[in-house]
Amino acid sequence: MSTKREDKKQRRKEQIMQGALELFASKGFYSTTIPDIALSLKMSVGNMYNYFKSKDILAEEIIKFISAYLGDKLKEINDKDISTEEKTREIVSIYFDVAIHKPEMIDYFLRIYLSNREVFKERCEGMICVNEFVTEVMIYFEEGVRNGELRDQDFFSAFGLFMGYLGGMVFLKGENILPKDLDEYVEDISFNIYKALSV
Amino acid sequence: MKTKILWLSGIACNGNAHSFLNYPYLAQFIDDFEFIYHPIIESTYSLEEIIALDLESDILIIEGAISIEYKKVDEPIFNLIRRYAKGAKRVLTVGSCATFGGIFSESGYRDSSGLHFNKDIELDNFQEIRDKSISISGCPIHPDILVGVLYSIKRGIDIPLDEYLRPKEFYSYTVHNGCTRNEYFEYKIDNHNFGEREGCMFYDHGCQAPYTHGSCNKILWNEVNSKTRAGLSCMGCTEPTFPKINLFSTKKNMGIPEELPLGVGKRAYLTLAGVTKAFKIKRLEERLF
Repeated sequence: MSTKREDKKQRRKEQIMQGALELFASKGFYSTTIPDIALSLKMSVGNMYNYFKSKDILAEEIIKFISAYLGDKLKEINDKDISTEEKTREIVSIYFDVAIHKPEMIDYFLRIYLSNREVFKERCEGMICVNEFVTEVMIYFEEGVRNGELRDQDFFSAFGLFMGYLGGMVFLKGENILPKDLDEYVEDISFNIYKALSV
Repeated sequence: MKTKILWLSGIACNGNAHSFLNYPYLAQFIDDFEFIYHPIIESTYSLEEIIALDLESDILIIEGAISIEYKKVDEPIFNLIRRYAKGAKRVLTVGSCATFGGIFSESGYRDSSGLHFNKDIELDNFQEIRDKSISISGCPIHPDILVGVLYSIKRGIDIPLDEYLRPKEFYSYTVHNGCTRNEYFEYKIDNHNFGEREGCMFYDHGCQAPYTHGSCNKILWNEVNSKTRAGLSCMGCTEPTFPKINLFSTKKNMGIPEELPLGVGKRAYLTLAGVTKAFKIKRLEERLF
């Protein structure tokens, strides 16, 4: 019984996070209040606080939720018996796929998490709140070097190249500057990234 | 009655024979044991007599790598081992050369190897004495471990062994166990200069202690110290992979150590690393005094 109740509570928490994500994307992080989120989900404000004690805690849970969501997708790719070149293509493809179908997630990561570090300073020191995602990127890099496809270098110089590039493209799409849809860039971008990182 | 020991040197530097001399209670030891032959300690018989006669020996100790080509005087060492192992209760390989081939597997003698292993590959040779063999790996061996095993044999104490025939009593731990730098390891702070007290050498300085089996930090050397305590990386000398190259730098792939602490999965390691890296502990970043 208690497991069922916990599952239900978890599902409700995820609904709240999804609702909050959409509001943050449309109204902005600071302009969105807990009552706004409660209203959009047809919940009482009091009940909202049963799930999240403050907006900062909600913000932290959301970034962890996104990190786990993306981390799971990368783990599936890392676990495949394919070359690092193929993995590169799949990671780019999945990242753009999330940016197309769940734009609020990538938007939150780029525009809220990275731009409002003061909100996350207390509980998300270093990369704690995005650990699941970063761990999978590390595994992708480490295995690429180990199998001789990628050049050994400082982790952050490779990480910055990979994630900065993808983030930049999603940002350009969000600003309506890109002439084509994101998925049409998968081939070129994965080619460029692989070429830049390979031995 | 004294237990008789024959100490045979193969292709060796005699480092283990010398290390044994550091045993602090040798006077007591020689009351209980007799070397019918030892390369550097006065013995009952000469090497020529050992070869010419068939003498009684309870324990055969082999030091150094062996090869079918290698001879003592004119006697192939393979023959000597077979002859003396037959009557011995136990056969001990002392050092990593006698156990796995070690440095002297590069000796130039044909197929130089340990008694039962060439690196981590088990050999077909000498299978008939495998059940009485015990490996005491290390470069060199710790005298307390050798003496501990010898007394266990003398007293008929059961000696559980691992897959490389090493006594679990001494080799089921990693050298990391008991290292005084564990706090630095926990928070992933290398920040070390060789010979200094501060920092964990696993992350940048090539320390192999978290995946090397041995008791160096539990049974100290000369009763006072160990490599890692003194500020030098563990070189993994008890393992079949010894010696490796680049002993003083950690092989990393994009910042991630290629070899992780024993039994720790890559994902779990990276998750933990992500959390601990978030700590900024000033106390551990500075000199202690």
